[in-house]
Amino acid sequence: MNEALLRSLTPSVLAILVRRGADFAAAEDAVQDALVEAVRVWPADPPRDAKGWLVTVAWRRFLDATRADAARRRREDLVDEQPAPGPAPSADDTLQLYFLCAHPSLTPSSAVALTLRAVGGLTTRQIARAYLVPEATMAQRISRAKRTVSGVRFDQPGDVATVLRVLYLVFNEGYSGDVDLAAEAIRLTRQLAARVDHPEAAGLLALMLLHHARRAARTAPDGSLVPLAGQDRGRWDTGLIAEGVEILQAALARDRLGEFQAQAAIAALHADAPTTEETDWVQIVEWYDELVRLTDSPVVRLNRAVAVGEADGPRAGLAALAALDASLPRHAAVAAYLHERDGDPATAARLYAEAARRAPNLAERDHLTRQAARLNALGRR
Amino acid sequence: MAKYLLLKHYRGAPAPANDVPMDQWTPEEISAHVRYMNDFAARLEETGEFVDGQALAPEGTWVRYDGAGRPPVTDGPFAETKDLIAGWMVIDVDSHERAVELAGELSAAPGAGGKPIHEWLELRPFLAASPTVTDCPHR
Repeated sequence: MNEALLRSLTPSVLAILVRRGADFAAAEDAVQDALVEAVRVWPADPPRDAKGWLVTVAWRRFLDATRADAARRRREDLVDEQPAPGPAPSADDTLQLYFLCAHPSLTPSSAVALTLRAVGGLTTRQIARAYLVPEATMAQRISRAKRTVSGVRFDQPGDVATVLRVLYLVFNEGYSGDVDLAAEAIRLTRQLAARVDHPEAAGLLALMLLHHARRAARTAPDGSLVPLAGQDRGRWDTGLIAEGVEILQAALARDRLGEFQAQAAIAALHADAPTTEETDWVQIVEWYDELVRLTDSPVVRLNRAVAVGEADGPRAGLAALAALDASLPRHAAVAAYLHERDGDPATAARLYAEAARRAPNLAERDHLTRQAARLNALGRR
Repeated sequence: MAKYLLLKHYRGAPAPANDVPMDQWTPEEISAHVRYMNDFAARLEETGEFVDGQALAPEGTWVRYDGAGRPPVTDGPFAETKDLIAGWMVIDVDSHERAVELAGELSAAPGAGGKPIHEWLELRPFLAASPTVTDCPHR
């Protein structure tokens, strides 16, 4: 059985239940039950109409749960067996679910969890494992999120940008459970980009594909990080790169530039270069200038300093760096890199060690420590 | 989405405002303290922010490798060890501000006289998983 296909039906099935008048939280539980049932039953007895099967089973579950609820409250207001003829499901019901699950009233972690469950069709256990929290905690996070959005009207127009931020988080953060979060983020973004006329949705999809293409080359067999310059470019996935570039070019042609398109453009220039030296750093700096204009983010300025160091030499990079706050995350790492390129290994070694102490994750800390150790060993020779 | 460790110390932390050792409290004050801690953990479970909480016995043993084929050497406890951890709680929150807010709440647990202890708790961020899209372009 194709689990991805099953999960891709999740949002439309859920939307049908909500359109029929089920409240979102109860409908979402019912759809989860139906998914579990499908995994159990389908291998031996595959349905002819997968979606119709899911809708029937989920609706029955919803009615059962509502009845059990009503019985517990000793009420007799029986729910009608036949679904009320609600408005016909529209083509962008799935889109409405994206908006609901990324609603601005939700915290980022709640929006991520709810999106993965209600739109992605993942189980609470899978989501809990992906974020290394107990299943009970994740269950609470999800049910709180559902309560938070319970008053939101389903057909309200939402903000695509909010959804994109949530999908970006799914792609970028999380651990490795039995779910590949990066692949899941790509699937959900692809599904979204097919539904909205929004260059930034395409931009984010392109960005994800271009980064995903390099994934195998980013890690050595022992799990350590391989920086861009040291990556075996033969291991980059050329199919994903071609797809990412094509999507990006179509988006850029719309002439509505945004942050994700600009980031994807930088990733595309890296993906296009046969070596670090042959990379078009001048154009990369220009894209960083666009990004600074779009975001005014100090992190972007920091990354720009690295690109300037490659385009115009390490002195120029250090000059760009000098204008920035030294307490920025990864400031010391960038300074170390530029000082080494400038022929000052002693300063670089000291800064790499400092950067390692401030590193936000283990792989980066180990990488920076190794850089410091390499330069210190050179100094002893 | 970041994990933090809230560390409680038997000793080694700066002295709290309400600095009366627990064995000098009334049994009711001890019950109230324990209830506060349990309620706090339960509330975090409800908000979907609880990961783990454990208490440690004060007695511990130092252990080290002593060469191939030999049993490990044990020693201690060393009375002079300055820092002694009493227990921890692990939380998963959206921001550092939220982690500080929760640590402050935990530090308000009641002690002698039913007054908040104002105990100093150590707040330590976990090293995160490596992000997929790195912010650093030379990676």
